[in-house]
Amino acid sequence: MSPDSAPAVQEPDPVTAAPGLAALFLAFARMSLAGFGGVLVFARRAIVEQHRWMTADEFNETFALCHFLPGPNIVNLSMVFGSRLRGIAGGVAAFAGLLLPPTLIMTVLAIAYARFGDLDVLRRSLAGISCAAVGLLIAVVFRMMTPLLKRADPLALILMLGVFLAIGVFRLSLPAVLLVAIPVSIGATFFLRRNVAA
Amino acid sequence: MNAESPIWALISTFGLMSLFAVGGAAAAVPEMHRIAVEVQHWMTDKQFSDAYAIAQLSPGPNVLIVTLIGYAVAGIPGALAATLAMCVPTALLAYYVSRLLNRPSQSRWPGLIQAALVPLSIGLMAASALILAQSTDRTIAALLLTAMVALIASVSRINPLWLLLAGGLLGFAGIVR
Repeated sequence: MSPDSAPAVQEPDPVTAAPGLAALFLAFARMSLAGFGGVLVFARRAIVEQHRWMTADEFNETFALCHFLPGPNIVNLSMVFGSRLRGIAGGVAAFAGLLLPPTLIMTVLAIAYARFGDLDVLRRSLAGISCAAVGLLIAVVFRMMTPLLKRADPLALILMLGVFLAIGVFRLSLPAVLLVAIPVSIGATFFLRRNVAA
Repeated sequence: MNAESPIWALISTFGLMSLFAVGGAAAAVPEMHRIAVEVQHWMTDKQFSDAYAIAQLSPGPNVLIVTLIGYAVAGIPGALAATLAMCVPTALLAYYVSRLLNRPSQSRWPGLIQAALVPLSIGLMAASALILAQSTDRTIAALLLTAMVALIASVSRINPLWLLLAGGLLGFAGIVR
């Protein structure tokens, strides 16, 4: 689906031996701390290219699974990836490596914000950063929306608009909206694909 | 939800949200905003958009905005409780599902479900953008900055960190407020 999930080039070297728990923890800590505005790019680079713990195909397959599950994708990925290599302990090591260092940083920032958040200089800077952050989010939404608009798939566009209105404008609760939207979307996709296949 | 214990409120809120966050952290922002600002009154609109900005500017997964919300509610224990509640349930679910489906590509269901979820998660992310814009873009200059960043990030592959820092400088200089 994503542009970077193109078929992998044949890996000349076999995947190297499974790493130890400490190596898993450190590798995920490093990619997490490098990951400003998203960790996935760094995760792919470290796992596939740098350490060769998985081939590009295995990585895409693992990521696809994590993407269709709920929750933060990269958190799911750390758990699934770690446990595929070293069992549940490996999953916990990767999960902890991914989350522990940035959570500590975030806690320090939270303390600083609680203490200095009212300073005029900080208020003004944060206001500017917020505007830019919203702009980045809009750009991501447009990028993801482009294939849908190109296909002009009416069902997908109606569902997208419906969820946008229900959550963004009418501020309905997420579980309530999704309990309706998910079955409708899966059911409609199923019947449409069956009709196309038939 | 037990209103007497803020920690328990954080755990039940984010534990449930974790399992409904289709499309990842950005898609869960409207629900975080609805609960933290409108339902529970844990933070103001301005504090919420500040938290979003700080989470974008810091390293690590963007879901860690929940650490900031948790801290605002109940200090360091709140920060830890919110982070774990948002991350552990979904990670465990992922672990068990990945063991069930050792080869997800053999079944057509994961592909079908994923295709069905894509428009929903885009709709959720668009709603995030709208809700955040309503609290940050209150002046013409702010609106222009957001539009410029959206345009630049759409057409170029510039590192987003530079755009965030540029926004911070414009705010610091008093040009955008």
